[in-house]
Amino acid sequence: MATSTRETVPVASHQECRDQFEQQVTLLMDRLYGTALRLTRHPDDAEDVVAEAISTAWNKLDQLEDLAHMEGWLFRILHHTFISHWRRRQCRQDREVELEPENGDTRFSLFEKLHQPFLLWWGTPEREFINAMLQEDINKAIDNLPDAYRVVTVLVEVEGYSYEQAARLLDLPLGTIRSRLCRARGRLQKALWQQGREAGLSTCGGERSGASGGGA
Amino acid sequence: MNESRISCEEVVQRLFDYLHQELDIDASAEIERHLHRCHDCFSRAEFEQKLRDRLTESGQQEAPERLRRRIREMIERF
Ligand SMILES: [Zn+2]
Repeated sequence: MATSTRETVPVASHQECRDQFEQQVTLLMDRLYGTALRLTRHPDDAEDVVAEAISTAWNKLDQLEDLAHMEGWLFRILHHTFISHWRRRQCRQDREVELEPENGDTRFSLFEKLHQPFLLWWGTPEREFINAMLQEDINKAIDNLPDAYRVVTVLVEVEGYSYEQAARLLDLPLGTIRSRLCRARGRLQKALWQQGREAGLSTCGGERSGASGGGA
Repeated sequence: MNESRISCEEVVQRLFDYLHQELDIDASAEIERHLHRCHDCFSRAEFEQKLRDRLTESGQQEAPERLRRRIREMIERF
């Protein structure tokens, strides 16, 4: 069984291997946890997904040719781990989402709400809006997306996967990825807009013609 | 030059594909040329890119010490 086909490569000891593995995992921990938390929405579930993914990764380590590629590989395992759990629970809600008719939310654009081309003296409200958003607000807006939208959003917008990679990972047609992303974006931007207004971030829309002193 | 000019509407329609680098080189270059001369579309692209950067940040969250300990103990048993 153990005959090596690549005798030129020095074989690292179990201990060395484990140390390197641990080192890499430790460095990636905040992103693994953050990603798992966005996917699962629950800290306990996120911890379980991270632990299971790391355990799976260790068991499949011989499939990884180069430890330098561990990051992308480990994240793929994390997503697979989440998706396999999620698939079991998903189905019904997922189909409902698919049937949801296209409505105004799909085309909601935060930029169009904020941008004021002729109010140059006012500065750039859209930039101020983005800078003023708290990370918690953004997390909350993502967490509130329906599962089917949230997952593609995390893959593509948060993790930077290509549409193709997301399609393969989720076993969905490319067109579905595109339409979900588009709908997710509209919903997400609308949620950010509403949250922003509740927090008094926006000066647009006529409700607050607010003091130009800014701040508060 | 015979560059066929695309409209703002077309740019808006393909902006996310452009930002996600999902367009081929020619289509992408066409959008870039438009962004160089159209202030509105440029502002929009800049806004969407900044928003996306903020979304990317949400994939990073300090892992609880409890999880770090759990993983350390797990790896020790490997
Ligand atoms: Zn334009």
